[in-house]
Formats: sequence, C-alpha cells, structure tokens
Amino acid sequence: MRGKAALFLLCLLPAGWLLFAALTDRLGANPIEAVTRGTGDWALRFLLITLAITPLARLTGWRSLIGYRRLFGLYAFFYASLHLLCYLWLDQFFDWAEIGHDLLERPFITLGMLSWAMLVPLAATSNRRMMRRMGRRWKHLHRTIYLIAPLAVVHFFLLVKADWREPLLYLLVTVALLGMRIPVVRARRRQPAH
Amino acid sequence: MSAPKPSEITPEPLYRRRREFLKQSIGIGLFAATGKASALVLPRGPFPRRDEADGEKVTPWKYATTYNNFYEFGTDKEDPAENARRLRTDSWSVTVEGECERPGTLALEDLVRPHALEERIYRLRCVEGWSMVIPWLGFPLAALIKRFRPTSKAKYVVFETLYDPEQMPGQRWPILEWPYVEGLRMDEALHPLTILAVGMYGKVLPNQNGAPLRLVVPWKYGFKSIKSIVRIRFQERQPVTTWMRAAPREYGFYANVNPHVDHPRWSQKKERRIGEFFKRDTLMFNGYAEEVAHLYRGMDLGKYF
Ligand code: HEM
Repeated sequence: MRGKAALFLLCLLPAGWLLFAALTDRLGANPIEAVTRGTGDWALRFLLITLAITPLARLTGWRSLIGYRRLFGLYAFFYASLHLLCYLWLDQFFDWAEIGHDLLERPFITLGMLSWAMLVPLAATSNRRMMRRMGRRWKHLHRTIYLIAPLAVVHFFLLVKADWREPLLYLLVTVALLGMRIPVVRARRRQPAH
Repeated sequence: MSAPKPSEITPEPLYRRRREFLKQSIGIGLFAATGKASALVLPRGPFPRRDEADGEKVTPWKYATTYNNFYEFGTDKEDPAENARRLRTDSWSVTVEGECERPGTLALEDLVRPHALEERIYRLRCVEGWSMVIPWLGFPLAALIKRFRPTSKAKYVVFETLYDPEQMPGQRWPILEWPYVEGLRMDEALHPLTILAVGMYGKVLPNQNGAPLRLVVPWKYGFKSIKSIVRIRFQERQPVTTWMRAAPREYGFYANVNPHVDHPRWSQKKERRIGEFFKRDTLMFNGYAEEVAHLYRGMDLGKYF
C-alpha cells in the first residue's frame, strides 16, 4: 500500500514540475508550447509504461507488477487529458469553429483526438467492479490500447517538421512491446523453459 | 553542391584588392579582426533607427537568443544557444558568384565595410505560429547586390549557409539537405525592407541568431531569412530551397506571411507573440502589405505560397 502511494506521487512529478516551472518562468520563451509538449510526451510515456507491465511481469516472474498497471494507465489518461486541455484552452482558447476545422482538416489533431477518445472508455471501466461486471468484454475493450499506442505515435510523426528521430524511438518501443504479444513470439520465448 | 567552376574562383586582382581593404579597414578602425569570437567589431553607435514594427514592444534579448530554429545546431529550440558556441566566425568569407560582372570571394569585413549600418525594428513571424519583434543591425541587401553588378540574366538571388559538421553538429544527421539554401526573386531581394544583418540589439549577432551574416526578410516566414551565409549566387532559374525540397506541399518558394493560406498541418490565422499569453491575429505580409503587396499583384497566393 505504501509503495502504491509513493508511486502515485511519483507519477505526479512531471505535472508538478511543469506547473512549478511555468509559474517560475523556467520553461523558456514559449512556456505554453513547452507545457503542451511536456504533457503530450508524458501521456505517450505512460501509455508505453502501461504496455510494458505485462511483458515485464512475465519475463521477470514479478507477478505483483500487474497490480500497478491500472495506475499507469490512468496516468496516461490524466496526462493526455491535460494535453488536450492545453490544446483546447491555451492553443485555441475554446474557439470551437477553429477546433472543428482542425479536427476535420489536420490529421495529427484527428489522430490525437481519436487516441484520447479511445482512452475514455478504458479510464471509465478501470475498476474492479466494471472488470467483474463486463467479464470477457472488459478484456476485449482494454485490448484497444494495442491500437491507441500506435495511433498516438502516428500523431507524433504527423506533427514533426523534419526531425523524425524522437517519434522513431517511440515507434520502436511500441513495436517491440506489441511484438512481444504476438503468440508465436511469446511461444518461442517460453520454449527453453519447457 | 558542385565544386566551383574555374570562373567562380576569386580572380587574383580582386583577391589582392581584398588585402588592401583589410589593411585600410584596420587603419580606419571601423572593423577589425579580434582574433577571438567574432570577426566583426561594430562601429560605435548610435545607428540611425527605423521602427518598422509600429512601436510594438521589442522581444526580450533573453528569449530572442534562447528560442531559435537553426537546425544546423539541433532541432530543439534551446539547442542552438547551447551548440552554436562551436561556430567560429573569425576569418569568415563570402563567395559571390553566378550572373554578375564582379564575382569573387570576399572577407566578411570587406563585404560589410562599405555599408553604413542602421537599426531596423522588424516583426519576425515563424511558420510554426510564433512571432517576435527584433531590432536588427544591418544594411539593405540592394546596396550590396549593386556592387556586384548582376547581369540581365540574374532573376533570382540564392544564399547558402556554411556547411561544416565539425562546427555545426546538427549537420551530422541528414535531417535537412545540407547546406541550407534559400532564395529570393530579384525584386524581393532589391526591396528596401530586405536587409543583411550583422547584429541585433545593438550588438554583434550571437551565433545562434545567424552570425556573422544573415538575411532578414520581414514579410516572409522566418525560414526564408537564412543564417550564417557563405555564398550568394545570382541565377536565372528559381532555386529549389531547402524546405521546399524537404516538404514541397508545405513550404513554397515565396513563403509570404499570409493568414489566409494555412500550412497544411496548422492554421496561420493567428500567432503567439513570444512573451504574451493570448494569440494575436496574423497580419497580411506580416504587416508590411503596404510596402510589398505590389510585388505579388496578379499572383494567386494560394498557389504560389
Ligand atoms: C493519447 C493521446 C495523445 C498522446 C499520447 C499525445 C502525444 C503527443 C506527443 C508525444 C506530442 C509531441 C510532443 C513533443 O514534441 O515533444 C504531442 C504533440 C501535440 N499534440 Fe498530442 N497526444 C495525444 C492527444 C492529443 C489531442 C487529443 C490533441 C488535441 C486535440 C493533441 C494535440 C497536440 C498538439 C497540438 C501537439 C503539438 C505541440 C506543438 O508542436 O507545439 N494531442 N502529442
């Protein structure tokens, strides 16, 4: 329990730092851009951390890791929501006509929005009660993260002007994490233990 | 780029003249090689000042020198301020070539010395949707062009940035096609608002802002204002510039600031002035329409973006 509380606070650090830095003029010439990007980066990182838990637990045999998966997933949603809020408020100042236009015309906004929207049902059903009530459907629903993570990476690719190194790194991590879930790959990994 | 043709190499008499100039300039004491960070020592001000930003507040130096797009030194905005220290601007020379009567390679001092420096306060609008107000120190490009006597075939002026991955670590990756190339139509280049800058805020240009010599074209998106220039060429054909090559659908040759023509990936209607919270409307030709709109009369600016 103590561990979980510490982890909970640890995951708040990036948001806390962004807030502190913004209030004390530590984010450089364009703090709004820095906060938008910072929250986007952390949304994606938490998505990938969430995806890493199951393979990590399997590889290390550290089963109790699974218990932290929900926390990381909810933080991915938390940072994605802050990121969305940055866009709606600080970028567009709630100019709904312009936002609608962006959604239709600009694929990177469309994909970002889609990724966020697909996270909503996962966040809403991320408790034990819903898990029990939905049964198999819960598992199917939560597997959409396999789609959300690559969508978010494509969102990143589409907004970059020329330097693709950073989204490429995220793409490699995503592909690796998803690849470990392909049954053949998993089976092959397990073989030596038999 | 291709190796210089024999005709493009500095003619001997010109080279000797350059040495003469150098001696004289030291005598006059306007410009002198310091042997250290910068080749240029600016003459003592004050310089004649022209506020071409309608009295708007000048962007703090701190922001103008730490938030830069200069991919030769890295693609994050803070990278150039960190990495541009490696750039050596002493013994800088600029080659002027192509369709002109007096091509040659000149030491920076010789290139700059004949011109009286003036301060021009201009708005700077980046294609990414942010803007600043910068007091540049420079001289009209037109005055420099005239010295080289472009021929009737000189329809465009092309500029190149230094290529040296040792000094410009960003060039070790093929993020853009190096060296960076930009260009202007001759009438744009000769326009009185177009300047070559050697300083800003009353000081020598910081390396991250394009030392020792950069272009400033205030009615175009910032990427047109090429930095750390080593080559100027007159030619008949419109050049393919670096960003046109990287993404032809997104960056055109003209790149005039235009709130009615969106970048395919984001709107250009508004901009965030660095240091301000709310966005402001982007002005046609960045607010210089009265001076420059006639250059583009009859052109479809949606097509020639
Ligand atoms: C799961 C959801 C999302 C994730 C994981 C995500 C991730 C990211 C990442 C990693 C970046 C790049 C940050 C950087 O350059 O370092 C980014 C930028 C951005 N995202 Fe998202 N994003 C998501 C949803 C959204 C949504 C819903 C919107 C708005 C509708 C949005 C709008 C933007 C914008 C405007 C930028 C560009 C910031 C800039 O270039 O200044 N994103 N996002």
